[in-house]
Amino acid sequence: MSEVKFSKNHEWVKTEGDTAVIGITKHATEMLGDIVFVEVPESGKTVEINGQTAVVESTKAASDVYSPISGEVVESNKSIADDPSKVNADPEGEGWFFKIKIKNKSELDSLMSSTEYEKFKKENPS
Amino acid sequence: MGVQKTALYDLHKSLGAKFVPFAGYEMPIQYKDGIVKEHIYTRTGAGFFDVSHMGQLFIQGNENLSKTLEKIIPADLKELKLNHSKYSFLLNDKGGVIDDLIITKRSKGFLIILNAACKDKDINQISKFLDKSIRYSLDRKNSLIALQGPKSAEILEKIFKGVIQLKFMQGGEFRYEDSVSYVTRSGYTGEDGFEISIDNKKVKNLINFFIENNVKPIGLGARDTLRLEAGLCLYGHDLDENINPIEANLKWAISKRRRTEGGFNGFNIIKKDLENGTSKIRVGIIPEGRIIAREGVKIFSEDEKEIGKITSGSFGPSLNQPVAMGYIDTKYSKEGTAVNVKVRDKIYNAKICKLPFYKKNHFKGGE
Repeated sequence: MSEVKFSKNHEWVKTEGDTAVIGITKHATEMLGDIVFVEVPESGKTVEINGQTAVVESTKAASDVYSPISGEVVESNKSIADDPSKVNADPEGEGWFFKIKIKNKSELDSLMSSTEYEKFKKENPS
Repeated sequence: MGVQKTALYDLHKSLGAKFVPFAGYEMPIQYKDGIVKEHIYTRTGAGFFDVSHMGQLFIQGNENLSKTLEKIIPADLKELKLNHSKYSFLLNDKGGVIDDLIITKRSKGFLIILNAACKDKDINQISKFLDKSIRYSLDRKNSLIALQGPKSAEILEKIFKGVIQLKFMQGGEFRYEDSVSYVTRSGYTGEDGFEISIDNKKVKNLINFFIENNVKPIGLGARDTLRLEAGLCLYGHDLDENINPIEANLKWAISKRRRTEGGFNGFNIIKKDLENGTSKIRVGIIPEGRIIAREGVKIFSEDEKEIGKITSGSFGPSLNQPVAMGYIDTKYSKEGTAVNVKVRDKIYNAKICKLPFYKKNHFKGGE
């Protein structure tokens, strides 16, 4: 069973063995509005914990997407770069951003469970 | 001074508006559908915009008033016919734009629509030129609503009989319930549409009528992408006091008579620029692919010289591609010129484009 965890920057992390799939939460897409541009990293890129890894832009503004864990990018979702509206349509499914080979599993422990994330959203309204 | 709200604040809230502070007001940036849908809806149906934060300045006066205002506004006010409007500017003594505005000849004077953020400095500037006997006031009793989109005329005709006959940049008084509204056929989206100055007490009824007729609420977010596609300037971004109308590529807004006779603030500089051209000029820019070049992005020539800066840029929902405008060294301003823009430290190809990006024909009468 894979478990989904959440960061304070509104990213989600789903672990599948040694790799993690990362994207932005539905809540993040609602704050951003219509997404019209996405830049995903190249495979092979090394990312630090909470390092800037991708870019997402709405009609209003550009925002960075951070990787909640460190590791190496093994795959990126090119389809969202071609059709950024996919991120709004299915942020926690088809709208995933990149996959990472996990460097340090213990980094996952500091992320929030879905219950904790729900609470975090309520306590930190945008 | 605290944050101001328009008469429609609660109604916006009930329609699911997200608010942002704008020029001292809490204004809707978008509603439930979001900017892209609101934008498309305005281009295909009809949308309404609460623009009551803008200044509706009425200056009472006769022929002498035209003469006085012509000193600071380069429009042909002497020749402006009753109920006709012109897009123009308030200029400083260097020809720089203090504000861009719409001026309309009314029976007892002039009505000037000013940008919300510029109201105070505009009135300060205008009052310096007016005789003490001249009366002027900023209207606080009336809201200002823009109705924009191809279906606007048929919808508005249902309550304002005869409005359909107004030509672009013309206006008139229309009865609404027991009040009188002033309606002009104008707007800032590139679509056919109207701006309606209506009693604060009646404005909710008007909006409810719009909603019953499938007119959707449109926020500032879509207003920005609509005006950008239409190649229209946003004051404080594409225009400011260090830019003159010739550099802004808006010389069409200065009538032939005024270009020759002058007699307005900054004419000595504007005259020179009309004769010799300017060193920089406002152009349209389309970046490659989906790259968005926003305000502040630098523009480079192919041989890496810095040649300009983006002043407005976003994604154009109707064109389904990014669009931008900015000021560029005139040598590189020819349509089709290949340039580069630097976004997040990376260089991307872009090209100079004709403005507007999006064009529809306004109603000029006839058929």
